[in-house]
Amino acid sequence: MSSHPGMLDRRTGSRASGAPAWLLALAALCAAAAAIPLAYLIVRALDAGIAESVATLWRPRVLELALNSITLAVAVTITCLIAGTASAWVLTRVRIPAPAIWLLIAALPLAVPSYLAAYGWLVWVPSMNGFWASWLLLSAVCVPYVTLPVAAALRGASGNLHDVARTLGRGPFGAFASATWPQIRPAAIAGALLVCLYALSDFGLVSLMRYPTLTWGINAAYGASFNRNQAALLALVLVALAFAVVTGERSVRGGQDRVAVRGAPPVIPSGRWKLPVAVVLMAAPVLGVLIPVLGLLSRLLEAETLRSVDVPRLLGAVGATLGLAVAGALLATLLALPIAALAARHRGRLVSIIEATGFLGHGLPGIVVGLSLVFFALAVVPALYQSVIVLVFGYAVLFMPKAIGTMRGGIAGVPGSLVEVSRMLGLSPLTTWWRVTARLALPSIGVGALLVAISVMKELPATLLLRPTGISTLATELWSRTTVFEFGAAAPYAAALVLVAAVPAVVLSGFRGVSKEDL
Amino acid sequence: MRTPSLLTALAAGATVLALAACSTPSESAATGDSSGSDKAFTLYSGRDEELVQPLIDMFEDETGIEVDVRFGNTPELGALLLEEGEQTPADVFLSQDAGALGALSNADLFAPLPEETNAAVPAGFTSTDGNWVGVTGRARVIVYDGQELTAEEVPETVDAFTSPEWAGRFGIAPSNASFQAFVTAYRVLKGEEAADAWVKAIAANSPQIFENNLAILAAVNDGVVDAGLVNHYYWFGQAAETGTENMRAQLAYPKQGDPGAIVNVTGAGILRGAADDADALEFVNFLVSPTAQRYFVEETFEYPLVEGIEAPQGLPPIDSLKNPELNLSDLESLEATQELLSRYGLI
Repeated sequence: MSSHPGMLDRRTGSRASGAPAWLLALAALCAAAAAIPLAYLIVRALDAGIAESVATLWRPRVLELALNSITLAVAVTITCLIAGTASAWVLTRVRIPAPAIWLLIAALPLAVPSYLAAYGWLVWVPSMNGFWASWLLLSAVCVPYVTLPVAAALRGASGNLHDVARTLGRGPFGAFASATWPQIRPAAIAGALLVCLYALSDFGLVSLMRYPTLTWGINAAYGASFNRNQAALLALVLVALAFAVVTGERSVRGGQDRVAVRGAPPVIPSGRWKLPVAVVLMAAPVLGVLIPVLGLLSRLLEAETLRSVDVPRLLGAVGATLGLAVAGALLATLLALPIAALAARHRGRLVSIIEATGFLGHGLPGIVVGLSLVFFALAVVPALYQSVIVLVFGYAVLFMPKAIGTMRGGIAGVPGSLVEVSRMLGLSPLTTWWRVTARLALPSIGVGALLVAISVMKELPATLLLRPTGISTLATELWSRTTVFEFGAAAPYAAALVLVAAVPAVVLSGFRGVSKEDL
Repeated sequence: MRTPSLLTALAAGATVLALAACSTPSESAATGDSSGSDKAFTLYSGRDEELVQPLIDMFEDETGIEVDVRFGNTPELGALLLEEGEQTPADVFLSQDAGALGALSNADLFAPLPEETNAAVPAGFTSTDGNWVGVTGRARVIVYDGQELTAEEVPETVDAFTSPEWAGRFGIAPSNASFQAFVTAYRVLKGEEAADAWVKAIAANSPQIFENNLAILAAVNDGVVDAGLVNHYYWFGQAAETGTENMRAQLAYPKQGDPGAIVNVTGAGILRGAADDADALEFVNFLVSPTAQRYFVEETFEYPLVEGIEAPQGLPPIDSLKNPELNLSDLESLEATQELLSRYGLI
């Protein structure tokens, strides 16, 4: 355990003692950006009045939708936690041929938008629907959110403790639980949080799989009834769920810093373990990438509209997608940094509120975040309405949680002793932060930015609402072709989207966590 | 406490954005004056680009008026227009269904159209308040699995789907605007009691619930469900993509007078800010001109709404599907429909 000054406060009070005022202020400012959707929803819900609110929320259907959302989110999160941890363990602790390539393959499901995964599966199994189908596919595309950070943590974590535990008579699972798990827990739980929020907010996959969740209800309220107040009330239920998840994660995560010593030599799987090892490695890539992509390809070959590709247009969409992804990733990282820095080192009620607020955008469907920014931009900066600036800002609100989660872990992993040394050498807190903390946490900042970039590339509903008239991304081009049955014409865009999103996913798989060996 | 409250922070955040606004040149500010003609206007199209863009190209060539188009889904653009209110950059809204037009009309966002424009489309297929005009018609039909069923085995009325033999074998999309318009028609044509009984019986007959018409069609075409209630043109669109001979799904038309046999309309309206914009009006008039009407028939297999234009082959005459008592954009009625559907857990 390190012993930097913030540590004691973690156990004692609810006050944010120890956190410098400038950091708190900066983090609160960034969290305020993420609170825009919430402010919007409250305005709309107040429009509804008490009678309408009660009538809306009291419908049995709302309870059913909420329960469906919760069940799905819990099931997907647990599955990803187990499958992701298992595959991360195999990737780092078992001797497998070409481990770097397997790690890369493990990252690939990130590149497949959930709606494409669902669509690709429906080609093979048209009758697929309901809870189990949604659970299977969402889990498959979300597993890398756990696998990648846990694999990074495991490479830094000590295998010696595991061996000690084994020598002391613990079984392999007991040793894992008592020696390895505590070291990777923060990474695993941070990843699971992203999975859980994603499962709550996803609409594309559950709508194709015909599993009615709250996001389905929200879309129906906008689309069929044009009742924004009702949609806002349902979205507030979702906000409450997301808030509970984020604060719950904060208490489960606990206050430990990562104890990083040195990596362990990989074990060689014996014959009877080869099959389980292969299953652990291949399940998510096969279910989340291979099967749906083959399904899409087969649909393309049947299509009669497969025509010559409008190359300049395709390239234009690739360019817009890349540009927006880079800009979105930069802004989201910038907004997430103060929140992550605060949450990594300090505790207290205010810190919890700021951090939880930062996560809000990720628990809401894109249409809600999009409309809230329409409302906000027209009220505050009408001149910027339908400009790239508001669109990029929207991406940052939606996806900064991805950066907060990973960067928080990275910053927490920077030993407090190094920070103290730097302070004792007379450097100011800001200089120390820049020279020591930010530099050492750089890989995690990179990981956060890449996760945001991938999400921006796949985003559809908020892009449709906020984009400047005339700008098209790969996702919007794909959308405009699949709505008119032109699977052939949609093909190049689907392929380009998966390929472009695979680039950051591949880079992501190569990132290492911070370990003491590197210091 | 020496830390700023969230509210202060929110205000500060707004200031930062406002500053950013001042320092950044904006291209989207002020979409031009709205009176007379400046040879340009902005269109929000709830219909897709593949279909609408060629039509816009035709219009631009013909008139020299430049159209700035924003494409999106009708429901989302409807929500967007409601959110934008008076500040919308849009001059014209082209909608996929009457419900969205009714919602905007109710919110007082449309400027009334001139008499001549409204007169182009017969009553029953356009707005009753003159705020928007119908452009094309879409018949409600039954889509069935041609491998499992013969045309004779397909029910002629929607009431048949409440019988035990259909339990679990049919698909509906209750949260979709087109289905809700049909249930509204049921209420108007057969009365509240009958509609209540029908919805109750349907909900109890294990319907397969889909999000939209396209998903139902795909499921029937793949043999997942035996039949479903959809709009007619989806089938023609799919057939054009995969070839008519490859279509497993087939269409059947409910008999005349059945609430299942109605027409939903698509339409267009002019936003209040563009009330005097001659370019916007010219475009709306173009939509109900023979050129555009023929284009829709050929490209989408939808019904033309202007008299004297031939309907697509193989469809029942549109007059047999006309319901003069029915106002498809009547939202008060739509709310009653949604209450009914939610009473039996369908939405």
